[in-house]
Amino acid sequence: MLDITSLTLTDLVKSIKDKKISSEETTKAFIDRGEKSRDLNAYITEDFSNALDKARAFDQKPNFDLKLPGIPMAVKDLFCTNGVKTTAGSKILNNFIPPYESTVTQNIWNEGAILLGKLNCDEFAMGSSNETSFFGSVQSPIDKDLVPGGSSGGSASALAANLTPITIGTDTGGSIRQPASFTGTVGLKPTYGSCSRYGIVAFASSLDQAGPMSKNVKDCALLQEIISTYDEKDSTSIDFKRNAYSKELTNNIKGKKIGIPKEYTVDGMPKEIEDLWTKGIEHAKDCGAEIVEISLPHTNYALPAYYIVAPAEASSNLARYDGVKYGFRSKGENLIDMYEKTRSEGFGEEVQRRIMIGTYVLSSGYYDAYYIKAQKVRKLIKNDFDEAYKKVDAILTPSTPSAAFKIGEKTNDPVSMYLNDIFTVPVNLAGLPAISIPAGVDAKGYPLGLQIIGKAFDEQNILNIAYAMEEKIEFKNKITDWWIK
Amino acid sequence: MTIDLKTIKHISKLSRISVDDDKAKKLAGDMNSIFDFIEKLKELDTNNVEPLTSVAETTLKLRIDEVKSGNIREQVLKNSPDENEDFFVVPRVVE
Repeated sequence: MLDITSLTLTDLVKSIKDKKISSEETTKAFIDRGEKSRDLNAYITEDFSNALDKARAFDQKPNFDLKLPGIPMAVKDLFCTNGVKTTAGSKILNNFIPPYESTVTQNIWNEGAILLGKLNCDEFAMGSSNETSFFGSVQSPIDKDLVPGGSSGGSASALAANLTPITIGTDTGGSIRQPASFTGTVGLKPTYGSCSRYGIVAFASSLDQAGPMSKNVKDCALLQEIISTYDEKDSTSIDFKRNAYSKELTNNIKGKKIGIPKEYTVDGMPKEIEDLWTKGIEHAKDCGAEIVEISLPHTNYALPAYYIVAPAEASSNLARYDGVKYGFRSKGENLIDMYEKTRSEGFGEEVQRRIMIGTYVLSSGYYDAYYIKAQKVRKLIKNDFDEAYKKVDAILTPSTPSAAFKIGEKTNDPVSMYLNDIFTVPVNLAGLPAISIPAGVDAKGYPLGLQIIGKAFDEQNILNIAYAMEEKIEFKNKITDWWIK
Repeated sequence: MTIDLKTIKHISKLSRISVDDDKAKKLAGDMNSIFDFIEKLKELDTNNVEPLTSVAETTLKLRIDEVKSGNIREQVLKNSPDENEDFFVVPRVVE
């Protein structure tokens, strides 16, 4: 019998178009597996019964010209879905039902996909392990009590555990690529301005981007083609010529110049990561790419700059949660007291910490010393990449400085948690596209990823390189279903 | 640099987040370790560098100011945390 839930998106679409399976059968299969997998805590909100109705409706009047015909999928709970609760992993949005739909999810439904439910994430996407969610931490299907990464941890867990054939996340400092790397899946952070931010709960507006997470590069290209559109509802959406990413996908990368930045070797980095990188370089050479040593001299300053810029923007974006118009409200003696209690009880510890950092660096007397300074450093980081791209077409690095860790291992040390994003953050600061692909495992068998960074708007090129390398790497994710009783 | 409890209380006022003494102590510890890490930026001479405010090198497009989505008053008010019919309700602000 066909194991529906383990199929790639591409194969699933083909099976439905060939009428080997119906949308209802497909949707049922993912719902059954979702119900058996509640111990992973990947879902915040299941929308299973509506999903089945939509699948039956599709089967009655199928349209096989669509790119996602009757395909069920779950999405990160940071995307507003019309009429379906959207929490951003926070108590403060515990009962928020959006009266509108995000552009990215609307694009997906327009191609025939069906919402299965909303996936767990770090609160307001602030975290690297999915442990800051008000709805509890998420288990990785890779091993018991292992974090799936974050902030798109529910998305990564659900995808790797076959609860959804494909999914979307958001990436402000690595929140798609780091969990993809931790769970043996593919994750793409598109160029800033490629995917509309309309209807996505805002964290840091100059860094946030939505992107696809998938089981292979081809599926990733297909979803990127669907979600990347110019949108007048987002003033930073960019009107550029978008490729038909999946149709133009090729494994021919002969003569492409791939840069290896020497600054991405950090102290204390496990030898496994270095070996993985070396092997990745060999694979790229085997594909006909030319390897070029490059320098990104300000790499070490990216994370400190990020921890000024991102909290500053967050403190401003999260000012809207005041208990008045929507969300959680605490009783107060007067208006100010109500605001202060609502925000103190409604936000979790990490979110409060970041609002406080952001408020501090924007406050009178510190604005120039911190915020402006960080924006200048951001310019230097972008200049590094601009210089490098005079010599190369793409850059190859590890996705993370380590494999996944155990739940609770890093929760008491914010700085060590932040270091997870050391290789992913510079990309957000420079607004570039980057993809993480699974490339091997560590001694414990936990997945490790490689990151390919591209020039702005050059998603096609990094997808092609990822596609070519994927063929050489031949990674197989080992999932034992340990959580299913 | 150290962030003391007085500064924490000041930031909490600006942030509209109430903070008791225990929480303030924990926050001060966390923030000091985070700012130790951030201080690294001081090593860099940035005197002649322009701050980067946006990576999207695009000029904002003009559009006609018109209502495109409307008539969702009920749906919007439904999310309001306090019971009401036509308005958002807040604690009394006028004596």
